[in-house]
Amino acid sequence: MIHKLFRLDIMILLLVVLSIISMFVGVVDLSPGDLFNLSDNQKNIIMESRFPRTVAIIIAGASLSVCGLIMQQLTRNKFVSPTTAGTMDWARLGILIALMFFPTASLLVKLLFASALSLAGTLLFMQIIQRVQFKDVVFVPLIGLMLGNVVSSVATFLSLRTNSIQSLSSWLQGDFSIIISGRYEVLYISIPFLIVALLYANQFTIAGMGQDFSKNLGLNYRRVINIGLLITAVITALVVVTVGMLPFLGLIIPNIISIFRGDHLKNTILLTAVLGAVFVMICDILGRLIIFPYEISIGLMIGVIGSFIFLIMIFRRVKSNA
Amino acid sequence: MHNGKNNRLLLILTIATLAIAGFYILYQLNFDILFYQLPSRVNRVVTMLIVGIAIAVSTVIFQTITKNRILTPSIMGLDSVYLFIQTIIVFIVGTSSPLLTNDFVNYLVSMLGLVVFTVLVFKYLFRLTGNHVFLLLLIGIILGTFFNSLSTFMQMLINPDDFLILQNSMFASFNAINDSLIWITGAIVLLMLIIVLRDFHSLDVIALGRDHAINLGINYDRKVSQLLLIIAVLVSVSTALVGPIMFLGLLVVNLAHEMFKTFKHRYLLLGSTLIAVITLLLGQMLTQYVFNQAVEISVIINLVGGVYFIILMLKESRR
Amino acid sequence: MIDLKGISKIYGQKKVVNDVSVSIAKGKVTSFIGPNGAGKSTLLSMITRLLDQDSGEVLLEGKNILQAPSDALAKKIAILKQSNHMDLKITVRELISFGRFPYSKGRLNERDHEIIDEAISYMELEEFEDRYIDELSGGQRQRVYIAMTIAQDTEYIFLDEPLNNLDMKHSVQIMQILRRLVRERNKTIIIVIHDINFASCYSDNIVAMKDGKVAISGKKDDVIKKEILEDIYEMDINIECIYGQQICVYFDEHEDASVDDFIEDQVRA
Repeated sequence: MIHKLFRLDIMILLLVVLSIISMFVGVVDLSPGDLFNLSDNQKNIIMESRFPRTVAIIIAGASLSVCGLIMQQLTRNKFVSPTTAGTMDWARLGILIALMFFPTASLLVKLLFASALSLAGTLLFMQIIQRVQFKDVVFVPLIGLMLGNVVSSVATFLSLRTNSIQSLSSWLQGDFSIIISGRYEVLYISIPFLIVALLYANQFTIAGMGQDFSKNLGLNYRRVINIGLLITAVITALVVVTVGMLPFLGLIIPNIISIFRGDHLKNTILLTAVLGAVFVMICDILGRLIIFPYEISIGLMIGVIGSFIFLIMIFRRVKSNA
Repeated sequence: MHNGKNNRLLLILTIATLAIAGFYILYQLNFDILFYQLPSRVNRVVTMLIVGIAIAVSTVIFQTITKNRILTPSIMGLDSVYLFIQTIIVFIVGTSSPLLTNDFVNYLVSMLGLVVFTVLVFKYLFRLTGNHVFLLLLIGIILGTFFNSLSTFMQMLINPDDFLILQNSMFASFNAINDSLIWITGAIVLLMLIIVLRDFHSLDVIALGRDHAINLGINYDRKVSQLLLIIAVLVSVSTALVGPIMFLGLLVVNLAHEMFKTFKHRYLLLGSTLIAVITLLLGQMLTQYVFNQAVEISVIINLVGGVYFIILMLKESRR
Repeated sequence: MIDLKGISKIYGQKKVVNDVSVSIAKGKVTSFIGPNGAGKSTLLSMITRLLDQDSGEVLLEGKNILQAPSDALAKKIAILKQSNHMDLKITVRELISFGRFPYSKGRLNERDHEIIDEAISYMELEEFEDRYIDELSGGQRQRVYIAMTIAQDTEYIFLDEPLNNLDMKHSVQIMQILRRLVRERNKTIIIVIHDINFASCYSDNIVAMKDGKVAISGKKDDVIKKEILEDIYEMDINIECIYGQQICVYFDEHEDASVDDFIEDQVRA
């Protein structure tokens, strides 16, 4: 029954419906009937806030989920994601350093810096896990999480020195309410990266089988791995810079798809993107409604719902292994 | 065969610890405020000793059980839980509540919260995950993320003044620790230490792994859950006393392995404890005299320990 | 004497070990043979309390082993499993010394040291004594672990595939030592072994398992029989007597000639 729901057309339909709902949920009253008869204020709200927010949710949700999927393919480990590989922590350290040392630089420069750092961090992680003796599925993400902890302790050190810890922590908590026009457009950069990811889907699957296997099939293993990591690093940095941390998103969405639709990237990558967007949209709408007129930030919603789903996933795995 | 060398090493570490502690207590002593300064410095050193024992011993045992050199009990999300307890107190009852201002009450609440959390994770989840320690840790970390999300959210809602007060409890500090708390924690840690030391030979056997340990007559499952309980108590009381220092255990136990190159717990336990105390003393002096209290000791240790962790991983991966 | 009474182990739906009842005679070498997944190693773990059974009981000289205190048991039975990866910085002698733990609880006395020396010379490990375990080859390491079980000085010794990763020379050497332990010290040895010819040449009794059940158990001559083994392994097996030992030949036949002809040819040439 549930299997049938995880189809691309159904998911896209769901996303459209949710996006429309998202346009009308907020402090300022706005109903579909008003659409033909907008006041200036309402027009403003739509153009400045509601629309950017909805777009940001779709892009962030879709691209982070795809990132997770790619990472899981490349490492052949279902528990690896931008959160559990420390990529997010590197991105946020990058932003912090950028804010401290060149505060006047444009958002794009800061972004570039954050991307570079997350790329370096993810590469480091890949280096370590490729050669570490334990290949335990659970041990690999543990290394990533430890690494992430190291990086965030550096971030804490820096932000303590500059007394910016509270503003840092609010930056890190994913939040769509700060998304207004003019502040989210860089997210569009991730779209070309997503397209590249789609084009490379097959290669990622093959690279995931290992270096020898890829060579045997005539694939440039190094290049595919590097492209995969680059995509992940840039997208993660983009999302952290504009929205903040969305923990576990890249972990749970690909896993849910994998349970219902299998593991061939070519078949699942689009579906993963759409489900990611749907999931974030649902969380955000709930966050806006639960303590209306206040909002629960998306970081918290996903942190809570995401860790819960992740735990269930782990236990499922334990049961099936036993 | 290395026992002679290792005994000498222990002796050197002991002398070093005493010397550094002595130096710390006597350095720039101001005779006008001697009666204030001296006891407060001695207090700090005693606190460091207690925390050093608690962290070193718990980490050594934990790594023995998990047969793994890069895991420590504190990555189980304990600091997140500690922070969550502090945050929720500020969030719900405010900064003027005795829950926060009264050291004793705060200690008790934090300690109980932490012990309950750890014991639940260890005991209950152990049954669910069937002794799969990595899994257990992963679950601990996810629970940590869960609590972190909640804490961060609440922190955004409280006003900046309250946040500053809260920020103090986010980092471990050896300044102004309540006397009676030191004695209570000291007593608990000592008790745990005695239980561990009474039977430290069986730790050597447990290090061989479950099958060998059972073969050699250890009641493995019972012994391990008893040890996990001890770890839970040790980490909890030390966190409740000074706050979380995540990478201390990792740092000192691995240094001890590097220095002693042995599996024998007699050396590992004592050695890593001494190294922990030295690390804390040096960290404290850095905080006090180099950074002029601008950077907390736990941040320095986490930084050093964290970088060491990365080096350790790279070294391990080069093999 | 060890009696197994209706031992079962269930993983999920699958009965890995299914209602096994068998007796193991004292002072003999008993081999457990059978195809992969027959449940041999699982059974061995349950006999030696490494694993809890879901039903049934193990009687050691008439007493249920689960009711005996674990440390007392460690003086009666020793078990060595097949995977022995160890990261510890530990020397050969130190590891073998652990065999004395059930007696000394970590404080070795004169007698303990004597027994450790004996175990070392028994396994011819004198030259490695002070080397670290991780510097040894797989075969040497296996001998160290067996020395540790010898130092444990128990009446019953269980070995789970002791010949894994060993070349022919060391395999034969280990089997000879096991025979010697039975002969000289009246030990009871129980091994799980894959190579039926080693089982045939060196054991007194054989327990053959298939699909979690005991297919047959008895004196080795009663088990090493063409029909029985063909049924257990589901392949063609011929048994030839060579130098007084029953040898199973399970390779494709050499052209049209029988193995007997083949050997005769070799002898003539």
